[in-house]
Amino acid sequence: MAAGVAAWLPFARAAAIGWMPVANCPMPLAPTEKNKRQDELIILNVSGRRFQTWRTTLERYPDTLLGSTEKEFFFNEDTKEYFFDRDPEVFRCILNFYRTGKLHYPRYECISAYDEELAFYGILPEIIGDCCYEEYKDRKRENAERLMDDNDSENNQEGSMPSLSFRQTMWRAFENPHTSTLALVFYYVTGFFIAVSVITNVVETVPCGTVPGNKELPCGERYAVAFFCLDTACVMIFTVEYLLRLFAAPSRYRFIRSVMSIIDVVAIMPYYIGLVMTNNEDVSGAFVTLRVFRVFRIFKFSRHSQGLRILGYTLKSCASELGFLLFSLTMAIIIFATVMFYAEKGSSASKFTSIPASFWYTIVTMTTLGYGDMVPKTIAGKIFGSICSLSGVLVIALPVPVIVSNFSRIYHQNQRADKRRAQKKARLARIRVAKTGSSNAYLHSKRNGLLNEALELTGSTEDEQHTTKGTSLIESQHHHLLHCLEKTTNHEFIDEQLFEQNCMESSMQNYPSSRSPSLSSHHGLTTSCCSRRNKKTTHLPNSSVPATRLRSMQELSTIHIQCSEQPSLTTSRSSLNMKSDDGLRPNCKAAQITTAIISIPTPPALTPEGESRPPPSSPGHSTNISTTTTSNIVKVSAL
Amino acid sequence: MEGMELCAVAVVILLFIAVLKQFGILEPISVEDTCDGDVELSAARHQPEGLEELQAHTKFTKKELQSLYRGFKNDCPSGHVDEETFTLIYAQFFPQGDSSAYAHFLFNAFDADGSGALCFEDFVVGLSVLLRGTAQEKLKWAFNLYDINKDGCITKEEMLEIMKSIYDMMGRCTLPAPRDSAPAEHVEQFFQKMDRNGDGVVTYEEFLETCQQDADIMSSMQIFENTI
Repeated sequence: MAAGVAAWLPFARAAAIGWMPVANCPMPLAPTEKNKRQDELIILNVSGRRFQTWRTTLERYPDTLLGSTEKEFFFNEDTKEYFFDRDPEVFRCILNFYRTGKLHYPRYECISAYDEELAFYGILPEIIGDCCYEEYKDRKRENAERLMDDNDSENNQEGSMPSLSFRQTMWRAFENPHTSTLALVFYYVTGFFIAVSVITNVVETVPCGTVPGNKELPCGERYAVAFFCLDTACVMIFTVEYLLRLFAAPSRYRFIRSVMSIIDVVAIMPYYIGLVMTNNEDVSGAFVTLRVFRVFRIFKFSRHSQGLRILGYTLKSCASELGFLLFSLTMAIIIFATVMFYAEKGSSASKFTSIPASFWYTIVTMTTLGYGDMVPKTIAGKIFGSICSLSGVLVIALPVPVIVSNFSRIYHQNQRADKRRAQKKARLARIRVAKTGSSNAYLHSKRNGLLNEALELTGSTEDEQHTTKGTSLIESQHHHLLHCLEKTTNHEFIDEQLFEQNCMESSMQNYPSSRSPSLSSHHGLTTSCCSRRNKKTTHLPNSSVPATRLRSMQELSTIHIQCSEQPSLTTSRSSLNMKSDDGLRPNCKAAQITTAIISIPTPPALTPEGESRPPPSSPGHSTNISTTTTSNIVKVSAL
Repeated sequence: MEGMELCAVAVVILLFIAVLKQFGILEPISVEDTCDGDVELSAARHQPEGLEELQAHTKFTKKELQSLYRGFKNDCPSGHVDEETFTLIYAQFFPQGDSSAYAHFLFNAFDADGSGALCFEDFVVGLSVLLRGTAQEKLKWAFNLYDINKDGCITKEEMLEIMKSIYDMMGRCTLPAPRDSAPAEHVEQFFQKMDRNGDGVVTYEEFLETCQQDADIMSSMQIFENTI
């Protein structure tokens, strides 16, 4: 029931008394209204702007947020008002909907912002009033197209999916020549051959030189063999291309039906038909006609030109306007041809011998060509002829702007799509920077945090502790969250550069040489999140040990933080980060991994990270640095 | 050909006239009545009586009147409800059937001064009777509704029309299936009950007496008391 008539319900109920005397049986009891309260004003505070309305106004639509008890969640006890932290401008429209029953869409509002607000307040967009519905739908469609465009281009530019079969790669190469060099080469080669073929066809007919007998001979007949070879070569290339495309197409049936493939076929069929038919002299006439179809090869250029495709698409989309143009022209031609015929009937030696013969005059005049091979001689003929030419201008001028505007719209849409793609790259780059910024912040804070802890332990100056105080509460909570993730998965976040370095280095040594036996025994060991004392003992590989992929730990009193500037000093963590070598390499290949290496602080009691305590070392201030050129590579989920 | 030349000359003259029209030379010839294009003034706005007067005429409190007026004015900003709008609004409550006939009768019943449009006073006075009036007043109102020509007595034809309009509101999809004879039968029942002296019409006194003696009717008159 519409909201507006809810106000009339009491009236309708009261009027029901008119049925009472007529009824033969008692009426059911009326529902009683519990908590019948007087209508009161409620205050809706939307981002500081106060709106007031009657409670019953809002209750007209009980399935929305404001009309149901859901708004109680937003009730502010202190100020006795309902507070919404949303856009007050859009709220105006929403409140008007309750008041008037019509939802309007303000034109200046962004469509997605508006949609979000509607979704928040639980209002379906379908009830937008007629006055604004069209605009809303148009904007929504544009937005959807934009999103689709984005998604399409995103999909096209997705990183190489390793699972593409050969056939799919080939198809992609055909469709987007820029994906690989081979595709580009193929693209240019076919383009070249199309051009060669077209030029051949053209030059073939040019007269070049005479034969004894004073007959002009076209080049095609003079150098028949050469032209034939050229033609054969082109057709070979085209055939091969067509067959390759056919092979690579994901849906062969659809490909065969597509326009481009039809053009391809039409372009190369004449040659083969000609081959077959050369023996038969009777059909040489037809053979000559077939050669005309060779000109269709020029349409193959549309694969190479975006503009041509747009033109074709425009003409297709303006089909109705073109049809109208054709229809009106035909009507006018017939009318004027008839009139001219009868007007010129009297004059002697008139060229207007019949009405169809006058068609030619009418067409030439209406399109303002005016060849002059047929001209009216009588006065009536001249008068009607001038009217004909004037009206011709009008009839042609009317549909043309429509076609032009269509073309312009489609062309600009295309340009906008390209612009969006370019902007998107910049946007994505910025987003990536922001992401790495946040991950770097985490790593940085971790280092500082550990540094501070170590410093605390060592009792050194506490001034450095202040460095970490700068992070806000949210940041510290975020970092804590990432830290918990690390603990859960027993992996650590690492810097991207570092990771790649380690990747490269580890790929150089393929075998775990000179691994201390104790280490190898700890291969599969993982420490629990908060274990402080692990039983594994690991020896420090000293610098004499060549690069291995050991986990080494050392006891550090001070923390050596792995920086990318010192690749040689990669200190590795404990076996917490043990990873097998084979697991290592695929990880290297994956692009999106950021890992973190953190060196271990000495006293296990103080640091939650599991580390090992090298037996010989004393928890002192000695620093043993293991130098391994490779460090443990930790594979963590991409940040 | 002579004929064609004549035609050509005629066409030329026509075109000439068309061109001259542009210059406004031929204005006096084409006199059109362009004055009454936008005379149609919107219907005058109606202002209701003051709040105090309405309070005096009806049994509603001030707050109730305020609330009623707000709803009324929201739906009819001009202050009037004409019959068409009224029918439309009433039809919203009975989506299955056709309530236009009954709405017509209702409209006439509410429109006490016969002005053709319901104003707020009519609305509120009618509601006051129906919701806050005595049983007798309500019965009088109902009698008034049934008495289409307002001659003081209900004939069988009038009752039949009312009955048919009520049954129309039910629509086609009812259980038991609608029968064409149902209204007539119901009218017969009604007359048997109400028509004391059997003269074929029901007068107000007969109506009042019968209803007051029927406990069902009296109790069902009360059920809408707390509507507002």
